[in-house]
Amino acid sequence: MNLAAAITPDLVAGHGLRPAEFDSIVQALGRDPTLVELGIYSVMWSEHCAYKHSRPLLRTLPTRGERVVVGPGENAGVIDIGGGLCVAFKMESHNHPSAVEPYQGAATGVGGILRDIFTMGARPIALLDNLRFGEPDAPHMRHLIEGVVEGIAGYGNCVGVPTVGGDIMFDPGHAGNILVNVMCVGLVRTEHIRRGQAHGPGNAVLYFGSPTGRDGIHGATFASGELSEEALERRSAVQVGDPFMGKRILECTLELIERGLVVGIQDMGAAGLTCSTCEMAGRAGTGIEIDLDRVPQRAPAMSAYEILLSESQERMLAVCEQTRLAEVLEVCERWECGGVVIGQVTGSGRVEVHHRGEVVASIPANHLTHGAPVYHPPEAAPAAPEEFDLPPVLPGEDFKTALLALLASPTIASKRWAYRRYDHMVQIATVLRPGDADAAVLRLPGPGEPRFLAVTSGGNHRLVARDPRAGAALAVLEAARNLVCTGAQPLAITNCLNFGSPERPEVFGQLRRAIEGIAGACRALDIPVTGGNVSLYNESGGVAIPPTPIIGMVGLIEREEHITRPGWREPGDVIYVLGDPAAGLGGSELAKYLVGGDLPGVTPRGPLPPIAIDREVALLDAVRSAILAGLIRSAHDVSDGGLAVTLAECCLLSRGGHGAWIHETPDGDLALTLFGELPPRVVVSVRPADARAFEALISARGVACAEIGLVGLPGLRCADQAAISHSEMQQAHETPPWESLR
Amino acid sequence: MRVAVIVFPGSNCDRDCLHVCRAVLGWEAIACWHREALPSAVDLVILPGGFSYGDYLRTGALAALSPIMGDVRRFAAGGGHVLGICNGFQILCEAGLLPGALRINRDLLFHCEEVALHVERRDTAFSSACPERIVLPIAHREGNYVAGGETLRRLEEERRVVFRYEQDVNGAANRIAGIINEGGNVLGLMPHPERASEPLLGSTGGLSVFASLAAAVAA
Repeated sequence: MNLAAAITPDLVAGHGLRPAEFDSIVQALGRDPTLVELGIYSVMWSEHCAYKHSRPLLRTLPTRGERVVVGPGENAGVIDIGGGLCVAFKMESHNHPSAVEPYQGAATGVGGILRDIFTMGARPIALLDNLRFGEPDAPHMRHLIEGVVEGIAGYGNCVGVPTVGGDIMFDPGHAGNILVNVMCVGLVRTEHIRRGQAHGPGNAVLYFGSPTGRDGIHGATFASGELSEEALERRSAVQVGDPFMGKRILECTLELIERGLVVGIQDMGAAGLTCSTCEMAGRAGTGIEIDLDRVPQRAPAMSAYEILLSESQERMLAVCEQTRLAEVLEVCERWECGGVVIGQVTGSGRVEVHHRGEVVASIPANHLTHGAPVYHPPEAAPAAPEEFDLPPVLPGEDFKTALLALLASPTIASKRWAYRRYDHMVQIATVLRPGDADAAVLRLPGPGEPRFLAVTSGGNHRLVARDPRAGAALAVLEAARNLVCTGAQPLAITNCLNFGSPERPEVFGQLRRAIEGIAGACRALDIPVTGGNVSLYNESGGVAIPPTPIIGMVGLIEREEHITRPGWREPGDVIYVLGDPAAGLGGSELAKYLVGGDLPGVTPRGPLPPIAIDREVALLDAVRSAILAGLIRSAHDVSDGGLAVTLAECCLLSRGGHGAWIHETPDGDLALTLFGELPPRVVVSVRPADARAFEALISARGVACAEIGLVGLPGLRCADQAAISHSEMQQAHETPPWESLR
Repeated sequence: MRVAVIVFPGSNCDRDCLHVCRAVLGWEAIACWHREALPSAVDLVILPGGFSYGDYLRTGALAALSPIMGDVRRFAAGGGHVLGICNGFQILCEAGLLPGALRINRDLLFHCEEVALHVERRDTAFSSACPERIVLPIAHREGNYVAGGETLRRLEEERRVVFRYEQDVNGAANRIAGIINEGGNVLGLMPHPERASEPLLGSTGGLSVFASLAAAVAA
């Protein structure tokens, strides 16, 4: 590459930088940037790194709380759970790489989020994945589904972090742009928390992990005349993961931190060496000087541009005191992670890069990390969802047919076909496993009586598409309900906001409303947002995906006896529905089945029923209080597929194989009562002897409480509808997605 | 009871085994890095599950050449008890301490689930305290046991198949889940007893394997 290449407007545009952004760069440098510097700015000021469109909106999220130790802006958020123990957690997207090469895209997504967690000094204890595909019979979809699931398994299983949760939904709106969001949760003792900060001028900058190659170099769109044809041919579009190196750098990093050998540490993720050096210097207010000739390289004759912008996986950057370097290198050697000093921290405030005896870049770190412009693009109110007329009764279908069809539908059916490929038991802490309950529950280490962490992640984009503000709030509320149903107290959230192009007014309108919805729900629940990720420009064929905010939430269970499962426990237990009656079918799985079932590609329309957040918070409080009082035998959130699907799942998850006899379906429209999904509700079962105390506790909190039946013989009987046997429900529920009865 | 749990690069059930040995069984358990010498006076060596050397080349092939394996071989030759779990079983086969090999599962997929095992004999150091049937989790992609016809015949004749899957879960020859060596002191087992050793985690079938070992060592 010609370092002295003229910086033309075309070259600037090819790097995705606008003329005004270029002017700001020239002003900060006092000269035209070199090609290398242009490349650095290009990645650091990309939407992915700089949040140019979303930053002002993200600032409106509540991020404070008494448990928050590290808030947004670091590699992961950290909250204090007492006993000297903290939880680090974060969610990231790997949507576009997964669409191109599903196995490596998903695998490196897992690798990346793991690094974000152990970089904080935390040992990863759980992974969750939220996947959005097109309908399983869409072209190439099975290839994408299989590839993504194999990729997640391939990385997570090898590293030895259990994959315990998440969700998978299938929607025509995601067919052209699948979503792969990955969340990781880790544990760290308070004194071992580390940050990505390069403090202490004179300290050594250490590189360890895999050598740098030409893979995943940002700027694939970059004027190809500047790169030789040969180089282009050698460059792969998607990074390739090496979980074995991932495991070694995990152990190496944790040992370095536990032994107090690093001052600051950061992984090289998006934008690689560039991003990690700039961010570490920027956060600490220092400078960094590196020599690219010392960077381990796996391809010959790499240019400075390539070395700096490579996204080769499994690489770490650490800042260490010179006096402890020998110990540091010994740890690196033990874990076979390499370990090379490539530069030092300076007091200059600049990132200075040397290559072959020349300075190829010298940029004020602060300008790179904080100088990116913020855009307030025009926005438009999302179109109001069209009304639709649902037939008043299930047309030509009885209850049984509809329920079995919903149980077998890809989004609702058991995801065992996926999670049996994930090691969800390694680390022997998984108390509630995938498929067991609304959230996964993990045993926490420590002396004394065990405590437990509950984790969940999800978000129903069909609701967000109808009403971004209410739908996003509902995603937060559902996550909280999932945790509460297992007996946990929700503590904090992370999120991944997957949207189309923010330059489309209606998409920016969706984004703003969704963030408002998340903020409102978090305030009502009094839980902070400790970080997250924004993935914009999710489009194909000029059409944006449905707005898909995914919420990841962690909660705490203080005592083993509070752990609550969804399955029925004993015959004779009384079944209740808590929460306001169903008020609409907009966005429901039944609506999709009825309206869209025969018309592939048609998304069901219709607005959401109004949601009163304070009523939802009261519902959560009531359920949790009843669990703490020992009054609840089982609890299950009513979500996709409504009450009928929830009751069926309670039967299927009953360890004793018990069923339910529902004698009382609230009056009115059967479809609405049994298949309506909103407002949110919870199904619980209660010992007959506790029924009165339970009802008193619930009604004292102003929460609607309807007794609807009893736990009994296997199968599900709903009023005068045909009975459905356990095996019929089980068979339907175990349908793999590509065999669903569409 | 003094146990050494060998840690290879890529082992990922080493901490689980250490936890069960220490916190559940009250044993003295030492993590032993593969480049170090085997600690003296141990009663049991555990080769834990995981992906030693990232499963590169073949599962267990590289770990079998690790420096520690010389000590493990000598320990086994002297009658010491060796338990290879999952990847540990694969390593024992590659090291020649057990016959046969573990191939990729017949459906080419990783399986993580609980499976029922029939305990074929209850007079070994690894099974004397086991009931006839135990349920243990499996978590592997290469658990499909294979051996030559003559080897299989000998294994069956010499009653060296100690644990057998009740159902065909991965295509393993004769539904073999765990075998011992001729001396009866080395067991390779694909399922994970350490994952089924605490009631909190759902099952305790694995405890009987550890209890058997405690009895054998005490004898």
